[in-house]
Amino acid sequence: MKYKATIHIMPRDEILDPQGKATLLGLHNLGLDDIGQVRIGKRIEVEVEAKDKQAAEDKVKEACTKLLANTIIEKFEFELN
Amino acid sequence: MKFGVVTFPGSNCDHDLIYAMRENLGQEVVHLWHKDHDLQGCDFIFLPGGFSYGDYLRSGAIARFSPIMDEVIAHANKGGYVMGICNGFQMLTEAGLLDGALLHNASTRFICKNVHIVPASRSALITQNLEHKAYKVPIAHGEGNYFCTPDVLKKLQDNDQVIFRYCDENGRITDAANPNGSLDNIAGVCNVGKNVFGLMPHPERAADEMLANMDGRKLLAQLV
Repeated sequence: MKYKATIHIMPRDEILDPQGKATLLGLHNLGLDDIGQVRIGKRIEVEVEAKDKQAAEDKVKEACTKLLANTIIEKFEFELN
Repeated sequence: MKFGVVTFPGSNCDHDLIYAMRENLGQEVVHLWHKDHDLQGCDFIFLPGGFSYGDYLRSGAIARFSPIMDEVIAHANKGGYVMGICNGFQMLTEAGLLDGALLHNASTRFICKNVHIVPASRSALITQNLEHKAYKVPIAHGEGNYFCTPDVLKKLQDNDQVIFRYCDENGRITDAANPNGSLDNIAGVCNVGKNVFGLMPHPERAADEMLANMDGRKLLAQLV
């Protein structure tokens, strides 16, 4: 079976996100003063061949922990379809 | 000691490092390719600076899985010397050979300038015999903001694993002298075994008389 995983990677809450902070400044300069916080992460889409959903989940989790996310500084979650 | 410098796709300080070790310090240096599985009998492996794999995903994350890294990690785990400079430092944290991670500079800017660093560790090969003063060495990075958890920081301090800290020209460790937001002004660390080193500044760019700054040579000379 072919599955599609949509992975969301975000900087951990305790990590300063200078990219988000700079972007927030831009939003405020735009006049959008009600926006209080911006955090920027990334979305990764992968296709995975696996015998069932559990096996696909295991493979995506391995991909995330070993390469796609650095769990010291990032957290991840994903949906499988 | 026989030195090896690994070139990854996107490395751009490999030849500076080879020149510094071979021409400035008169050492035997071999040039290693990331796709090989052979360290050619080298005692000391350098992972040079640059933008391996275009810094895609995270700096150093993809290079960490280059074929030669199996041998580099095995070499380090046997107690062999490995040093990563700049992008090489990022690879070593990604490989788990060094603690922590290198975040985007707090300013969000790529910084290319001379900074001062002061030796910290009294027990690591690269710093133990260095005079305790400020050394002027250039940095050139976008992701050099050293981060680790409070537990890890305590472990690094307790085990004398911080090798250099950013300082002003008089050797004072201040916030103003911290170019990138690094925790505790950390510019470089080593592992518990004191055989794996990571350093963001580029000593190989300050090792030749023609460059009018020889402080980097003093650092590299500690490894010889």
